[in-house]
Amino acid sequence: MKRARILPPLALASASLSACAGPLSTLDPAGPSADAVANLWWVMFWASVLLFLLVGGLWALVWLRPGFGRSLAPMRWVVLGGLVMPGVLLTLLVGFALYIGERLLPHALADPPPRVSAHGIMWQWQFSYPDIAGAATTPTLHIPAGAPVDIVVTSGDVVHSFWVPRLAGKIDAIPGHRNVIRIQADRPGTYEGVCAEFCGDGHTTMRFRVEAHAPQDYRQAVLEAAP
Amino acid sequence: MSESPPLSPIRLHKALERIWGTGPGWQRLSAVNHTVLGKRFMLTAFVFFAIGGVLAMLIRAQLASPHAAFVGPEIYNQLFSMHGTLMMFLFAIPMLEGLAIYLLPKMLGARDMAFPRLTAYGYWCYLFGGIIIVASMLFGVAPNSGWFMYTPLSSQPYTPGINADIWLLGVTFVEISALSAAIEITVSILKLRAPGMALGRMPLFAWYMLVTAMMMVFGFPPLILGSILLELERAFGLPFFDPTRGGDALLWQHLFWLFGHPEVYIIFLPAAGALSTIIPVFAQRRIVGYHAIIAAIVALAFLSFGLWVHHMFTVGIPHLALAFFSAASALVAIPTAVQIFAWLATLAHGRPRFEVPMLYVMGFFLVFVIGGLTGVMLAMVPFDQQAHDSYFVVAHLHYVLVGGFVFPMLAAAYYWLPHVTGRQSVHRISVPAFWLIFIGFNLTFFMMHLTGLMGMPRRVYTYPSNFGWDWLNLLSSVSGFILTMGFALFAMDIVLHFRFGRRFRRNLWRAPTLDWAMPTRPTSYAFASLPTVTGHAEEADPDTLGPQLAGGQGYLGFVRKNRLETLGVDMTTGRVEHVAILPSPTYLPFISGALTTGVVLAMLFKFYIIALLFALATFASFLFWSREKGEREDCGPIAIGKGETAPPDAEVSGPSAYWAMVIGLAANGTGFAALLFGALYLWLVAPAWPPPQIVGPSLWLWLVLPALGLASLASRWAQGTNASGRDPRLQLSVGMGLDIAALIVLSLALAALPDPTAHAHMATMAALLGYSWLHAALGLFCGLNALLRYRWGYVSARRPLPLRLNLMWHDFTLVTGLLGVALILAMPGLIGALEAAR
Ligand SMILES: [Cu+2]
Repeated sequence: MKRARILPPLALASASLSACAGPLSTLDPAGPSADAVANLWWVMFWASVLLFLLVGGLWALVWLRPGFGRSLAPMRWVVLGGLVMPGVLLTLLVGFALYIGERLLPHALADPPPRVSAHGIMWQWQFSYPDIAGAATTPTLHIPAGAPVDIVVTSGDVVHSFWVPRLAGKIDAIPGHRNVIRIQADRPGTYEGVCAEFCGDGHTTMRFRVEAHAPQDYRQAVLEAAP
Repeated sequence: MSESPPLSPIRLHKALERIWGTGPGWQRLSAVNHTVLGKRFMLTAFVFFAIGGVLAMLIRAQLASPHAAFVGPEIYNQLFSMHGTLMMFLFAIPMLEGLAIYLLPKMLGARDMAFPRLTAYGYWCYLFGGIIIVASMLFGVAPNSGWFMYTPLSSQPYTPGINADIWLLGVTFVEISALSAAIEITVSILKLRAPGMALGRMPLFAWYMLVTAMMMVFGFPPLILGSILLELERAFGLPFFDPTRGGDALLWQHLFWLFGHPEVYIIFLPAAGALSTIIPVFAQRRIVGYHAIIAAIVALAFLSFGLWVHHMFTVGIPHLALAFFSAASALVAIPTAVQIFAWLATLAHGRPRFEVPMLYVMGFFLVFVIGGLTGVMLAMVPFDQQAHDSYFVVAHLHYVLVGGFVFPMLAAAYYWLPHVTGRQSVHRISVPAFWLIFIGFNLTFFMMHLTGLMGMPRRVYTYPSNFGWDWLNLLSSVSGFILTMGFALFAMDIVLHFRFGRRFRRNLWRAPTLDWAMPTRPTSYAFASLPTVTGHAEEADPDTLGPQLAGGQGYLGFVRKNRLETLGVDMTTGRVEHVAILPSPTYLPFISGALTTGVVLAMLFKFYIIALLFALATFASFLFWSREKGEREDCGPIAIGKGETAPPDAEVSGPSAYWAMVIGLAANGTGFAALLFGALYLWLVAPAWPPPQIVGPSLWLWLVLPALGLASLASRWAQGTNASGRDPRLQLSVGMGLDIAALIVLSLALAALPDPTAHAHMATMAALLGYSWLHAALGLFCGLNALLRYRWGYVSARRPLPLRLNLMWHDFTLVTGLLGVALILAMPGLIGALEAAR
């Protein structure tokens, strides 16, 4: 299922998407949360390209066409370039990002999403399913596809960070604290996850797999999953 | 004392050089001169930069291909931890200090910094601390928890070896030296300027350094406090950060980034100050927006303390709170853009000429703008939650720090190197060096943004080849070697410059600042006589001013009593206020630095008795500093040339040392505020509360306040006695007795606490009492110092400074003691209230 893209440059972006594809690529989103952030990224990327060309172009003009900028009074440069332009752009951007961020939060829903616990210890993740009686703890994260899931992230020792780049941003696992992140995979399939916060010698290998199941198969898949 | 007859420039030079110069051979260890020490700081920083660069090459070698077996995680973790630590603490900060120490007196029209011996002591602490940190690599026990040392990974159970202690003690050692440099820089800018240089006439570089130094004064104490608390946890089990015993890992993150974010601007601002000096010279026009730039950097300084949380967007803080920090983080782009456009406008309205330093300024522009743009991206919470801790952040921070610091420093190197050496380069190796560095840097780091977006987390020592990261990493690794070749070429160019550079007469770049109104290479005393500033200090005329000053036509163009003299001015107006008398070369800073190193080493190996002995020896050595310098008689105003007079520093109410104490106490108070914040933060946020046992008021706790209060009263009494012309020694002795009483009471109050290793509540209460204990002990030292200085004849009713400093210290100890005890007494109520609310 292809999401509607909101800006024309994004068409070009999706063309370059194939080059950015990868099992851990944030630019190859497979859920609404990662998708919103990827959109935000492409907006910021193209705006930055324009701004860079502007500043770089001004720098080049200063040297290639000495005196080109004299018609604009010195303080005009500072006020327009230093206050007005960033003021307007930043207000728009901060508002847009705040709006996206609010939508991604694990708000209470009329139909509360299933909860899965992700417990990080040096150097592996343990997933357990309090909603499903009799489910064992698994090293692979099982979620239903096509619907939001709340992951309750905790740590048994040092700080880790739960990150499935194609589904959503990351959230830290901090000993003594309990964080919740809402993720969603649009389609059944296998996704890759990593520990993003440096946690010692085994940090590199603290990866995990996410299996998204069709909703009707989910319960059975969890019960059958090998610990 | 009457004015001596004017000397010829040569004889004046010889007379000044004889007392200001540093001797050859071993006497170099006695150097206290800012020109010598500024160069030493910068050279040492460059050596650490080279070592850090080699570590970076090893990192890139390991990451060049998937499944690499060059090093394992144990070594790799040390490599990246040391790379970050070296570049941040042993390269960037000391480099900017060195630049400031070398340049500031020369730009401000003074002969030296305010506390030359402190400069030297700071240098030795930096050098010895740096050697300890680097040497740990040779023994394979280098810090390995990353340069921001997140707990609990850096705590005892997970890093049991000495690695983390080396970071905590070594970096704190270097940071305390940096903090003392910051105090010195602030005071030097505020007090030691050329007559007539009002604040509004100061060169921008001095403004930038003033703001930077103030940021260091308020930014470093939280980190120093955090490091001390973590070392207390590691060494003695006080659980400030242990979540199972009422501590919290997040407290460390707050304390670290409370320092760590301002740190970025502390590094950027001096570089921007260099740019604001260099760009107008090559634009051949005064800087556009002098006042706008000052307003921008002051705003930047304030803002930078309000956005540390943007390093913590993924720790689970509520989104609306994050939104505040996100907006603040985006807002810093505005003062930065103001500066960028002021520089562009300066060039657009000037007659720009392109010389080698401008090539590097161009490198700054292009690289730093990209770093700024990705910085705004990372300020957006949802994007940061994807990019955080990935290679996107690695790319971003290198664009900011290399763009915002290294390129400007390279520009500054090519701009001021002729000033340092008195030569100009004949080979144009600087040009190919630039292109290698510029292209190598961008090839290494530009695509690294994509590596991060494709999901590569930072600090992994290897990666499988199915994630699409292979070619990106190979590109970065190969390009990293191009970058290194560029820096090697730069280093070679510098050596060739020293060896083969061609001599030039004066003011190579036709600059309009005072630093060029002196012979180059600079003499030890900088100015043979001090200039008067009548217009703006950025519109000086070094070509005519230089010979006049060398001929002794300014202030203090003579030698009197073999004293090292420069002028102190009123902070804001710049009118002459006093004659500052500076210390001659001495070995004491080296000796004190070596003794302090003994303290650090002894603590590192947990020989605490030996550490205490070294600490006592260090303080004893400080008393020798005190004995060396001072005036034994009241002399009233003395001639300063041009028919004017001014009193010596000992006889005015606001000499440098007084302001150093004020600013030092501000820094100290910031550390104390961070401790109060920590105690309240743990109470409010940490898991595993309420504590199993709550500290109640003991008798000794109630006695702390009277003891500290009486010690403060005795200090006031001593000062009053001296002010009325009588001998204050009895009162000082009483004060010292009361200090000892306070120490005893505090020790008993500490002993009466329940086991501080049991819970963070007890540990923070012990830390508050320990803080007061330490300050009472230092109060004893202040009293002893005042007593001895009186005995040596340095104190009179007109020269009361040691007694005033003693009083300030005791008042500060009383106020912090009051707040500490008040919090301890309030704690049972606070805990009860929170439990009731829950
Ligand atoms: Cu981990």
